[in-house]
Amino acid sequence: MESTIIKSRNFNASFGTNHVVKNVNIDIPRNKVVAVMGPSGCGKTTYLRCINRMHELIPGASSSGEMTINNENIYQMHPIFVRLKIGMVFQRPNPFPNLSIYDNVIAGYKLNGIKLPKPERDRVVEHSLTRVALWGEVKDSLNKKGSFLSGGQQQRLCIARAVAMEPEVLLFDEPTSALDPISTSTVEELFHELKANYTLIIVTHNMQQAARVSDKTAFFYLGELVEYDETKIMFTAPKDSRTQNYITGRFS
Amino acid sequence: MAQIETELQLLKTEAINMWSLVNSQLNKARLAFINFDKDLAREVVLKEKRVNGSELKIDRDCENIFALFCPVAIDLRFLLAVLKINTNLERIGDIAEGIAKYVIDAEAPFSQPLLDTSRILPMYEESVRMLEDTQEAFEKEDTILARSVFKKDEFLDDVNRQSHKVLEKHLKDHPEDTAQALWILSTIRKLERVGDQSKNIAEEIIFYLEAKVLKHRGKFV
Repeated sequence: MESTIIKSRNFNASFGTNHVVKNVNIDIPRNKVVAVMGPSGCGKTTYLRCINRMHELIPGASSSGEMTINNENIYQMHPIFVRLKIGMVFQRPNPFPNLSIYDNVIAGYKLNGIKLPKPERDRVVEHSLTRVALWGEVKDSLNKKGSFLSGGQQQRLCIARAVAMEPEVLLFDEPTSALDPISTSTVEELFHELKANYTLIIVTHNMQQAARVSDKTAFFYLGELVEYDETKIMFTAPKDSRTQNYITGRFS
Repeated sequence: MAQIETELQLLKTEAINMWSLVNSQLNKARLAFINFDKDLAREVVLKEKRVNGSELKIDRDCENIFALFCPVAIDLRFLLAVLKINTNLERIGDIAEGIAKYVIDAEAPFSQPLLDTSRILPMYEESVRMLEDTQEAFEKEDTILARSVFKKDEFLDDVNRQSHKVLEKHLKDHPEDTAQALWILSTIRKLERVGDQSKNIAEEIIFYLEAKVLKHRGKFV
């Protein structure tokens, strides 16, 4: 039986008086890929950012309800600890431009003041870059700046940086929208491999990507979770007409 | 209207045209058979090429829509259903052609007592009606009408089940009808297949509209 890692109960998020996530109840299963889709402004990115408490960094933002990881309330944990457990990768690849590939991978340790012995650092770098299928491409140029890599490689470097901290959950906000089709395909392949060790939650505008990479899909509309089910069901026989209209392009 | 909607609408029109053609073929083969009309039978054989051409066109259009539009949900189910309906319609077209070919080759009209005792004529009418019903159900997106086809198939099954016994009895008194009786038996089997194919088509219509799979579920649908 699949176990739940992230659970939301009656979860709400607002920016001032703008109520953007409304009463969301969702169970995210461990070691699965969950896609979150919906039209612009539906609250999907805000929901994602609430999972690792990025949302509260914005002035005027608030939230209510329950969000747990392994049955522990995320909003009663220290934010740093939350982000160690829940890594995040953004839309545009954002490696630290002045750091080498090597230092980019272990940036999370440095920024958190964790000092690792050199052999351990080397192990983390190799392990993380291998996990994202980048080791073979960069092992001879680890001291080069991360910004010298191609867009797809930079995004994989960012994923390696998140993976290096050994989180349990990885959040992806439109992770391939700035990439070409070949790099997109490489990153999508990566998702299938990463789910063996992590739980992946991916916000995407690309419905075909959601269909290709995810085990479950959530459809948000006007801040509400309209439907959440196995991806195969969502894309063949969705129950809600709003989901059907959205995925078949008949949304007005 | 989104481009995929336009494409699907065009495909629906093509499928309906194919349906009308196959329906007409089956009905003309019936009339040729009843009236021993060899000219009409030849027309059916000639038009079979159009049925085959139509099948290929619909297959190709489905492939293109799959490749170009990546359909999902009801659009995906519609395409899958049309592909299977297309195959079933083409097979019904083949059956109509087979019946017409026999009429062309036959030396004399069928004996009326043999036709009456075998119940082949009401069976034929019912199979034509079933196909018409599936077409109407598809056009009007009417799953109640699609489901009514299952009930009609029971009559075809019954005629088919009884045919061996009935014809055996008839041949005891009329051994001179043996050749015709053999052909009637084979045609009853073909019409029973038309019934099954119409049932398959009805199942595809329900799958497309209700996302329910009724295959292999017996009578409880």
